[in-house]
Amino acid sequence: MLSRVAENIYWLSRYVERAENTARLVRVNSHLVLDTPSGITPGWKPLVDITGLSDEFHSVEREANERNIVRFLIGDANNPGSILSSLIAARENCRTVRDVLPRSSWERLNELYLFARENVQAGLTKSGRDRFLDEIISGSQRITGLLGSVMYRDEAYFFSRIGRNLERADMTTRIIDVRSTDLFPEDLLESRSLDTLQWISVLRSMSGYQTYRRHVAIRVSRPAVLQFLFLNPHFPRSFLHCVEAVGESIARLDENSPVVRRINAQKRMLRRIDIGEMSQASLHEFIDELQLGIMGVHQTLAQTYFLPPPAIEEAG
Amino acid sequence: MPIQLTEYDPGPFFDEMMARKNRARPLAKELIGLFRSMDDGELAARQDAADLAIKEMGITFTVYNENEGMIDRNWPFDIVPRLIAKSEWDRVEAGLKQRVKALNLFINDLYHDQKIIKDGVFPAEVLAESKNFRPQCVGVNPPLGVWAHICGSDLVRDTDGTIYVLEDNLRVPSGVSYMLENRLVTKRVFPELFDSYAPLPVDDYPTQLYEMLAALSPRNVKRPNIAVLTPGIYNSAYFEHAYLAMEMGAELVEGRDLFVDDDDVVYMRTVSGPVRVDVIYRRIDDEFMDPEVFRADSALGVPGLMRAWKARKIGLANAPGAGVADDKVVYAFVPEIIKYYLNEEPGIQNVPTYRCMYPDERAYVIEHLDELVVKPANESGGYGMLIGPRATKKELKTFTGLIKKNPRNYIAQPTLGISTVPTVVGNCLEPRHVDLRPFILSGRSTFVTTGGLTRVALRKGSLVVNSSQGGGSKDTWIVDTL
Repeated sequence: MLSRVAENIYWLSRYVERAENTARLVRVNSHLVLDTPSGITPGWKPLVDITGLSDEFHSVEREANERNIVRFLIGDANNPGSILSSLIAARENCRTVRDVLPRSSWERLNELYLFARENVQAGLTKSGRDRFLDEIISGSQRITGLLGSVMYRDEAYFFSRIGRNLERADMTTRIIDVRSTDLFPEDLLESRSLDTLQWISVLRSMSGYQTYRRHVAIRVSRPAVLQFLFLNPHFPRSFLHCVEAVGESIARLDENSPVVRRINAQKRMLRRIDIGEMSQASLHEFIDELQLGIMGVHQTLAQTYFLPPPAIEEAG
Repeated sequence: MPIQLTEYDPGPFFDEMMARKNRARPLAKELIGLFRSMDDGELAARQDAADLAIKEMGITFTVYNENEGMIDRNWPFDIVPRLIAKSEWDRVEAGLKQRVKALNLFINDLYHDQKIIKDGVFPAEVLAESKNFRPQCVGVNPPLGVWAHICGSDLVRDTDGTIYVLEDNLRVPSGVSYMLENRLVTKRVFPELFDSYAPLPVDDYPTQLYEMLAALSPRNVKRPNIAVLTPGIYNSAYFEHAYLAMEMGAELVEGRDLFVDDDDVVYMRTVSGPVRVDVIYRRIDDEFMDPEVFRADSALGVPGLMRAWKARKIGLANAPGAGVADDKVVYAFVPEIIKYYLNEEPGIQNVPTYRCMYPDERAYVIEHLDELVVKPANESGGYGMLIGPRATKKELKTFTGLIKKNPRNYIAQPTLGISTVPTVVGNCLEPRHVDLRPFILSGRSTFVTTGGLTRVALRKGSLVVNSSQGGGSKDTWIVDTL
């Protein structure tokens, strides 16, 4: 497989996953707002922090209100992480690798991109938002499902799986990081029911609420949710599961890959600590470490398999 | 309201499907009958369905727009197929094979002994001024002696029904993917037509292309590594490059994916290290192919590619330098070229062509400029042309100057009354001008596509069929009438 093609497939999958995750975030927050007793406003600002794009946001929008933040996350072409930008980038990456992907994957992605482009205005209205986001999520899942069900298990497939899971691992840490601190104003956090509501929303944003209730506990509590989202080996959006999927895929490409060593280091880091009992501050520090680890995995991957630097296009 | 053809009027032009108003040619009777049975709403609905299919299938071409930069446009497609009788097509096919065979002998001769010049059939000064003659290729013997492996020749039909060759594209002709996709779209939109017509299939092309390319492999291996070399996603034909690579199971590569090592072998950079490439179907022009030999500023090419080709470590299609015969002045000599190498009369006629390099022909051209079409030797895509009857006084004057300044660079032809085909315009059918680009593959044997790409000038009265200038396309059916 061409190095350039591997890189494009990797980014294609990352961008599709990013579009889906961003849609999930916005959707769950919208629902959370509706569930919150009147007089208390859960912030929209954390959503911008989750995506790591505060600087970009403040350079284009003055006020961090719902309207501006939703527009920034859904349809702002200047925000490289918006749903629209992610789909544009996914499509550009897909265009160059159409010959190695199942033909219908390009058609589905093209459809999704056209849908997003043509319906973004409706998606910005309160009444149209849910339908828009649902379509983005199910459209992304159609693509992921298609690749999973028809792709030959060669390098192309494994690079796609690596990209998707690395992006997902990254987003899981971001969601936990921001959501565990400042979703509500601090003085309200002590209120038991709001705390529960907040963790339920975290689980929901990762489609994990139902699973958590069935397999972990009925009661939603911080230590159990953290344990579940970081370390559950069977939940496909848990950090551990994503990292293992990356590790397995790389091993299928090359058992002695330097990336495998990186992955093992990540897993050791996870085993070292008792996540449920961590204080807010040390959890934040730990997540920083994990995110640096993910970046390290990406860098090693790029150095080992992608085209040498002068030819590498702007990535991310 | 049912579709009416009582107002259908091709004027002085030959219409491919209608003998006269309201009267279909025998070949098109059933097709026209079907349209007559539709109401106008259905016609528009079918066209919409085709447009939607094209959008969903992502069939696009890239154009440069001053305001928006490079943009992807949906491929413009008209649902009314263009029919050609198999008996007529057989003659055209034979003529094309003859033509390409002679052109390959001609190119090979130019890079070796130049007998045709020594024998006084082809003027040395035309070669001397050719923009596409590559001195770097002199003396090279490409595999099978073939230079132009893929040729796209443009055909038109004049008012009296005669088919002429308008030009031969021997550099990197494009359009074949649209020929293939057009058929898929027609199958989706008009399945019932296939019952009465059974047009000959076109989908053999990728297999034929693969076989032809594989035969160029310097290594005798069962499955040589074939790559399609593209300038990248911003090229107007990128869709086609990706499409053909996919259909052949070949690698789609850009220059930066390849390198030539000290052993003169071409390698691709892959995730498991360098992998040898045997044959490259290159879709970039000679000049950009190898910065070691041609333009040093080319970022699209592969340094050392010519070295590898000359060392016979890589097969290249088309061979570098093949474009020497893709020149509108050379075109004017093709009838002589056919006679010289094959001792045969041309099976398909050239459009009568005045060569401005000859004083008497030049004088005629300048005197009759307002009746003629003037073309520069080395432009494609319809750029740099003058259509005399539609030109302003100022344009005529400019061209007179251009011709006098550089006569070798211009040819002129009478304005042909090129044929029309019914085309959907809103809710009805109107005549629009068409041409036809068949593709000819030359390797161990010669293969001609079944029909080709019919391009249609969608603007009323327009003769310009190029997609970059408002042209569309039609599915082309070769029909065996028995």
